[in-house]
Amino acid sequence: MRKELEKYFRKDKLPHIWCPGCGHGIITGAVIRAIDNLKLEQNKICIVSGIGCSSRAPGYLNFNTLHTTHGRALAFATGIKMANPELKIIVLTGDGDCSAIGGNHFIHAARRNIDITTVVFNNSIYGMTSGQYSPMTPKGAFATTAPYGNIDRNFDLCKLAQAAGATYVARGTVYHVPQLIKLMEKALKHKGFSLIDVVDICPTYFGRRNKMGSPVVMMEKIREMSITARTAAKLPPEELSEKIVIGEFYEEQAPEYTEEYAKVMKKAQGGKLNE
Amino acid sequence: MLSRKIMLMQGNEACVEGALAAGMRFFAGYPITPSTEIAEIAAERLPKVGGKFIQMEDELASMGAVVGASLAGLKAMTATSGPGFSLKQENIGFACLTEVPCVVVNVQRGGPSTGLPTLPAQGDVMQTRWGTHGDHPIIVISPSSVREVYDMTIRAFNLSEKYRVPCILLMDEVVAHMRERVELPDKSSIDIINRKKVASTLSDYKPYMDYDSDGIPPMANFGDGIPFHVTGLIHDISGFPSTNPKVTEDLINRLMNKINNNIGDIIEYEKLYMEDAETVIVTFGCTARSVLSAIRVLRQEGLKIGMLRLKTIWPFAHIAIKELMQSSVNTLIVAEMNYGQLLETVKASAEGAFRIYGLNKYNGELITPQEVIDKVREVAEYA
Amino acid sequence: MDEKSIRISIDEKACKKCGLCIAFCPMKVYVSEGGKPIIVNQNACTNCKLCELRCPDYAIIVGGEDVE
Repeated sequence: MRKELEKYFRKDKLPHIWCPGCGHGIITGAVIRAIDNLKLEQNKICIVSGIGCSSRAPGYLNFNTLHTTHGRALAFATGIKMANPELKIIVLTGDGDCSAIGGNHFIHAARRNIDITTVVFNNSIYGMTSGQYSPMTPKGAFATTAPYGNIDRNFDLCKLAQAAGATYVARGTVYHVPQLIKLMEKALKHKGFSLIDVVDICPTYFGRRNKMGSPVVMMEKIREMSITARTAAKLPPEELSEKIVIGEFYEEQAPEYTEEYAKVMKKAQGGKLNE
Repeated sequence: MLSRKIMLMQGNEACVEGALAAGMRFFAGYPITPSTEIAEIAAERLPKVGGKFIQMEDELASMGAVVGASLAGLKAMTATSGPGFSLKQENIGFACLTEVPCVVVNVQRGGPSTGLPTLPAQGDVMQTRWGTHGDHPIIVISPSSVREVYDMTIRAFNLSEKYRVPCILLMDEVVAHMRERVELPDKSSIDIINRKKVASTLSDYKPYMDYDSDGIPPMANFGDGIPFHVTGLIHDISGFPSTNPKVTEDLINRLMNKINNNIGDIIEYEKLYMEDAETVIVTFGCTARSVLSAIRVLRQEGLKIGMLRLKTIWPFAHIAIKELMQSSVNTLIVAEMNYGQLLETVKASAEGAFRIYGLNKYNGELITPQEVIDKVREVAEYA
Repeated sequence: MDEKSIRISIDEKACKKCGLCIAFCPMKVYVSEGGKPIIVNQNACTNCKLCELRCPDYAIIVGGEDVE
């Protein structure tokens, strides 16, 4: 590991539990590089996760870290941010954690536009429990709980976030890492609720079950399927069904929740803030 | 005497006043009858004192937000009722294991399920103890009057902060919605306990190390400058996951013992008319009010009846039952608005020392003084 | 070794042999030896750092003064 990044890791906790070729390490590395590029104050960052493979990431990272219950990371994160708005809150979550069991918290955190950056490790599967389908598993894909092929339609998490009120929405992949780091920097600088949906690979449970081959082959697939949001905008919808559209989708400056609450406090105190 | 603060106050209102006096600065909740007034009043009062209120998207989220806010250093509370209390269990368990102080108010209503939303019950006695999965510590206290709601909410914060454990304030619809003339104590006379902080001289902070050998590790806040990890997995003293049997056993033992070794401090109960009592009615919450009225009538008739009112429900006051064994008492009646939840615990505690009967009602109506009187007479005939 | 060649260091203990660095190096700097990346074409390295950024196990450092 690069010397200047070491301070961000709990090196005694490495190597991490993730399988060879799992993209989680790539995403975690991108988060850390974005933090380092922005020179954010380490003590003022709080990293919160839920349950699942990806939610183990905070344990390896040398910040205020909280590994919560399944799907609830954003609920805990909301409490932390309200209690101490000076903290920069980053939620690391998986596709199942965020969009299934945590779906309600996700849309409402977005709706409030509370200043939290959410990074979704979207590998289309529940890895920790060894390969069940999630709301992000593509239709037709196989999983241990979809032995005949998945009939569920999958979410477009970016559209969901935008509709719910998120004010920065982007998608990256574990193949396009320099771009991913840039998206993360923008998300971290953004005031309000930001989402980065990161298309990830799970070679062990998604890859094997769907006979996709090695991590390398899965990465090649991401490379082949990816097109930029700008290119996608010019294509008819039917040509997008097999594509991964990456890049920025939405950015808006809107009132941030804890700042709005500060105004409530001021109003309640008759214009004086005697905190 | 002019400074005396006398008010007509509702139980739910007294709960918020007590919480604010205890130092509550964060409340997250979700609307549910019959606890909603607590959220409403908290929404109005908290921002006035620099505190934060948030109405979350559901009960699970409000419990999560409370734990998050407490980890960031604020005294935090949520309030709910039956169905909401069921939903909160997941993150109550998280707070138990991670030792995050917080107060959870459960205003009981008729159950199970949606049950009787607007009617009183005391059917969550066992759920408050074992509602979340796995072995865990918990403190549950239950008030019988509006003034006691105020005092006990303060006590709930104090116990929670002192022992780093969730404290459940177990109210019922009657006490929550009843209005009484209340004289609040002078703020200067209130004892406030704050969580044990990490000594600034301490290097290499281990968040779950029993530095003081009292089972209660000191607590840092997120943002204090001491990075630390908190997980709902079984963890070692450094806070990181472990599946080691010894580490697991040591942790569970410490969690249970920090309560069990302090029951003298935690357990409170009230005994009335006990000097010559032969029959004692064991009760709590709003039911104690009917019991007391009944006892006054029965005493005038010369019956030797007393009352044991549990103020601390969990840990159970075995000591109070043992004390009765050294007295003239030969009969216990456990009066509660449920199918007999406390009754079984009292029986186990009594080890056959008394004749024990249940006075149970679970139809959404109060146990009336007359029903208590009738039960005492009925039981007397068995003797 | 050419003066201009970029230093590449691989932490063999951290490497889980996923092969991503080998497969996606634009300049084919590595070959696989039982999954392990072996540097065979160091002079071709352009210091793009893609292998470092894509390494899930933080096992690669490309360029810079701080090579361990």
